[in-house]
Amino acid sequence: MKAAHEGPLTFAEVQPNDGLKAALARKRPDVIAEITRSGLRGRGGAGFPTGVKWNLAGAASGEEKYIVCNADEGEPGTFKDRVILSQYPDLVFEGMTIAGYVVGAKRGIVYLRAEYTYLLPQLESVLAQRREHGLLGHNILDKGFDFDIEIRLGAGAYVCGEETALIESLEGHRGEPRNRPPFPVDTGFVRRPTVVNNVETLAWAACILARGAEWFRGFGTEKSTGLKLFSVSGDCERPGVYEFPMGISIGELLEEVGARDAKAVQIGGASGHCVPRCEFHRTIAFEDVATGGSVIVFGPQRDMLKIARNFLEFFTEESCGQCTPCRDGNPKLLEGVRLLEEGRCSMRYLRDLIALGETMRVASKCGLGQSSPNAFLSIVKHFPQEIMGRTPQAV
Amino acid sequence: MLVTERERLSEELRELAEAYGRQRTALLPMLQHVQRKYNHVSAYTMQVIADLLDIHPVEVHSVVSFYAFLGDKPRGRFIVRLCRTISCDLAGKDRIARQLENDLGIPFGQTTGDGMFTLEWANCLGMCDRGPALLVNDRVYTGVTAEKVHEIIEECRAEFGLHALRKKEEQRA
Amino acid sequence: MGNHVTANQVQSRAPRSQQRQAPPVSPAPDAIGGTVSVEIDGKSIKVPFGTTILEAARQAGVRIPTLCYHEDLCVAGVCRVCVVEVEGMRTLQASCAYPITQPIKINTHTRKVRQARRHIIDLLLANHYGECYACGRNNNCELQALAKEYGVDFFRFGHPEKPRFEIDRSSHSVVRDMNKCVLCRRCIRTCIDFQEVGVLEAIGRGDQTRVTTFLEKPLAEVICINCGQCINRCPTGALRANDPTDEVWAAIDDPTKHVIMQTAPSPRAAIAECFGLPAGTPLTFEMNTALRRCGFDKVFDTNFTADLTIIEEGTELLLRLYKALVLGDKTVALPQFTSCSPGWVKFIEHFYPEYLDHLSSAKSPQQMFGALIKTYYAELNNIDPKDIVSVALMPCSAKKFECNRPEMCDSGYKDIDYGLTTRELAKMISEAGIDLPAMPKSDFDDPFGTATGSGVIFGATGGVMESALRCVIEIVTGKKVEEFYDHADIIPVRGFEGIRYVEIPLPEKLGPVIDLLKPLVPNWDWLAGATLKVAVAHGTANARKIMEDIKAGGHFSECHFIEFMACPGGCLGGGGQPIPTSPEIRAARAKAIYAEDSAYQVRKSHENPVIQRIYGEFLTEGPGGHKAHKLLHTHYTPRGKYIS
Repeated sequence: MKAAHEGPLTFAEVQPNDGLKAALARKRPDVIAEITRSGLRGRGGAGFPTGVKWNLAGAASGEEKYIVCNADEGEPGTFKDRVILSQYPDLVFEGMTIAGYVVGAKRGIVYLRAEYTYLLPQLESVLAQRREHGLLGHNILDKGFDFDIEIRLGAGAYVCGEETALIESLEGHRGEPRNRPPFPVDTGFVRRPTVVNNVETLAWAACILARGAEWFRGFGTEKSTGLKLFSVSGDCERPGVYEFPMGISIGELLEEVGARDAKAVQIGGASGHCVPRCEFHRTIAFEDVATGGSVIVFGPQRDMLKIARNFLEFFTEESCGQCTPCRDGNPKLLEGVRLLEEGRCSMRYLRDLIALGETMRVASKCGLGQSSPNAFLSIVKHFPQEIMGRTPQAV
Repeated sequence: MLVTERERLSEELRELAEAYGRQRTALLPMLQHVQRKYNHVSAYTMQVIADLLDIHPVEVHSVVSFYAFLGDKPRGRFIVRLCRTISCDLAGKDRIARQLENDLGIPFGQTTGDGMFTLEWANCLGMCDRGPALLVNDRVYTGVTAEKVHEIIEECRAEFGLHALRKKEEQRA
Repeated sequence: MGNHVTANQVQSRAPRSQQRQAPPVSPAPDAIGGTVSVEIDGKSIKVPFGTTILEAARQAGVRIPTLCYHEDLCVAGVCRVCVVEVEGMRTLQASCAYPITQPIKINTHTRKVRQARRHIIDLLLANHYGECYACGRNNNCELQALAKEYGVDFFRFGHPEKPRFEIDRSSHSVVRDMNKCVLCRRCIRTCIDFQEVGVLEAIGRGDQTRVTTFLEKPLAEVICINCGQCINRCPTGALRANDPTDEVWAAIDDPTKHVIMQTAPSPRAAIAECFGLPAGTPLTFEMNTALRRCGFDKVFDTNFTADLTIIEEGTELLLRLYKALVLGDKTVALPQFTSCSPGWVKFIEHFYPEYLDHLSSAKSPQQMFGALIKTYYAELNNIDPKDIVSVALMPCSAKKFECNRPEMCDSGYKDIDYGLTTRELAKMISEAGIDLPAMPKSDFDDPFGTATGSGVIFGATGGVMESALRCVIEIVTGKKVEEFYDHADIIPVRGFEGIRYVEIPLPEKLGPVIDLLKPLVPNWDWLAGATLKVAVAHGTANARKIMEDIKAGGHFSECHFIEFMACPGGCLGGGGQPIPTSPEIRAARAKAIYAEDSAYQVRKSHENPVIQRIYGEFLTEGPGGHKAHKLLHTHYTPRGKYIS
């Protein structure tokens, strides 16, 4: 186990461009097979198997295909992509190039969130260097493969982290998620097959090709293989980016970051779940508590309702406003939290709100809406004694 | 706006559209360029861009209104965005907010009378381990304390003064 | 004679998120012969690959409620009312947007689905300000119907006590009350995608999302063409026409006023829908009786001035051709465009002002009527025109704007005082306690009750063209149209295809010039053997395609005459027609209109005896003459699309 500020990440140990060289030396199906064997799953949070995604996009018909790197890291409490992009940008570009080779794409686009605009000059200069060294552009590494990458900036919308909203945004529209199916691997950017991968996923893909699927599988659990970066913030002694194998228990993680007395921890950011102390034995893995890497620690003195309110204020504003459950549901949950804070919410109404949350989970159009009530629902579930029957002065 | 000024702006936008490929995919880069340069996307600009990309002005307005970093109203030279998301909230963003309002003399969502500063909220700046964080244009400040707010503002003022001075000197030369 | 050319289908301009997504190309292995089997609520059916769940359910006879879905529009999948459970999937799927590409099992009314739908309705009601009994859409509101269907008997998540938005009454035609908006975005899809006008869009995001205009300006200040198609597709009362029924009643109740009603052909073919009868039930003569019982002093037929329009517009066309082909006048603008659709007129004023000289200067039938009522009719009956209140029953919301154009006062008064829509008249009839379908039949009043079948078909797309052709062919060839087209039905210009192009070869031997036109052209020799090229477009999205083609010098620029209608299907699909609308409903109305045409004895405008009389005793200088020009022709305003 390594912690970022106590030692370099695994990313630092991988020789530059080993992965790309290894990939280009092999046949496309072999590369996909390697990634599939590694068990790598999307590191943005949804956990879709990367090998499957690449395979689908590779099999999709059409000459023109795209690789999009989702660098719209907007999930509250997540900042590991920022660290990767500032410290290991080559690895990300390498991963994109490999994906381009595998899928048959000639163009890659990095969708960088507007809040990270200050990273742009450095990233552009890395791209220029790569072009100079024959790692991008025409005839990469003399293997007869062309691929180039451009960086496009977001403009301040959390929902654009959702892959179809990101594509809409790239196409010059409001960042409103599309109906699925069809999926981007079939009909993505400008209706062409498109792979959208998270920054970290692409970096790991490059590492896996450099070191082999077996190495990666050596970490983590059966269903959640490999290593993962965690962005730790909140009430802990040592916040920062950490690298842990998947399947680590929440308790172990909290121990590492110096948060032994935590009352609860939010795993997966605003759209994730709030795990109370009594469940700290649970593990962080796709089969248990899934996450894109955000860990926010709440100390014993924290008011859970205030936390729920912060998340709901976030979603009320960041919802794209398209579908009813998310657009109109989040403000209702927020209103409910205010009622609870004022001690004016009946149990009956609270149950209505919980049921509404369930509806939002299943009936919203995209992942944002579907996960927006999570924090509220888990806080209400785990801290009933803290939230019911308040007196307004306690606010 | 003077006619000549409009013509110059139209010409600039036309060149921009050519550079970005004159398709709808060019919309965001064009808007970002305009926003950066003019601090807002004016009604006239939206209509010219719509014309160039063969879409409706209301669609451009719709896109501008969707993204937090784009706007149709002029903003200040320095846009101060304080992160209000959970980690920065836990780290005490409320006090920073109050101090910003006090030192700038405006509530959130407004621009100072001299057109220098606009104060806004931001939703997660990705500096959660070093909060409270704030963004001034493209520059990030982390671990901000209430006392530091004044310093940051002064830094901007000084920078602008220097910038203005340099511009004057250039003009003289 | 005649052949079809279709314009290229241009891709939809709507955001991808709002379009129906094409199903993936590679069919699933079990999809044999392009069909997939699905089980919906236990019923198994086979549907073509890519069919949506909603379409499949309709085939299986299973009802799934919808709100943002509309047959005319691209799919949005945003209201989530139509969600269903697909076995094996964690989340519910919007049935309108989910293409079936592999065998699936669908449950449309599980507890989870019912609860989700109920919550969605509750949420919509929590933001929907207003009471049903004080709303024009009471009993014809999709939100109300959903609330009833799902047994809503209290406001679970509250109900707004105050309006949030000011009602926009700036437009003569369309009123926007966003307090009733449910953000289904049908109006947006209508305006941007279906009509390609581009007035309405979603602005803001999250809970601040709202449908509004460019810079949130009042409708009167933006590029709205008043077509009212958004009204026809609004599920609630958020969009409605500007309703002058109070003023009309006041005029009726005023004994000093002589209130005249002219009725256009399309409302007759549709008003029955407001009284629970199926679309396509004509109630022309029952309506005449009802109008008299409401208190209108005279009931006239707009078709009369439709015939007059044909004479004036047809003459204008022949003159333009003569000037261009014979006199070599390079300033003559060809093709000539029709000008009877006020939505189209405003569309071209905004988007193609440089082409205004192509627009026929002839007024629309409504406005010709208005000008004649307060001059010819007033003189004839010795009534002071200031005491005449002239009301027009139109299928149209844009007619309200048209009659308020400042130039439409050629009689010395406001030529038309009020434009009523079909819906508004239905309301007046109900208010007067009249059961319209049960009314005895009665005829129009003289002298403007005499019309021809040509006037009637103005209501359908291609109708103006067909009428003009019936007239022009006879005038030029000196032969009966029936010699060229069976029953004088010029089928190639009919139909619902968005753009239709027809070539009419004229014979080598042409007829003598009729008396009416003798002062204008010496003979028809110059047209011998020529081919008349005409086109028809309905819906402004199609109009735009033709205009772009003309701009690019494409084959439509070689046309001689083009009919443009702002609304899909022509006037019968107008923004003042009964709600709802769909391709089937419009087709049924068209059928009623063509049936009325074929029932007429006289089916050609120039054979209308009253038309002949009016040129004999009033417009004595003939078509395009001085008086005709003053009263029956107009000019246009180059508006452009820039808003300051």
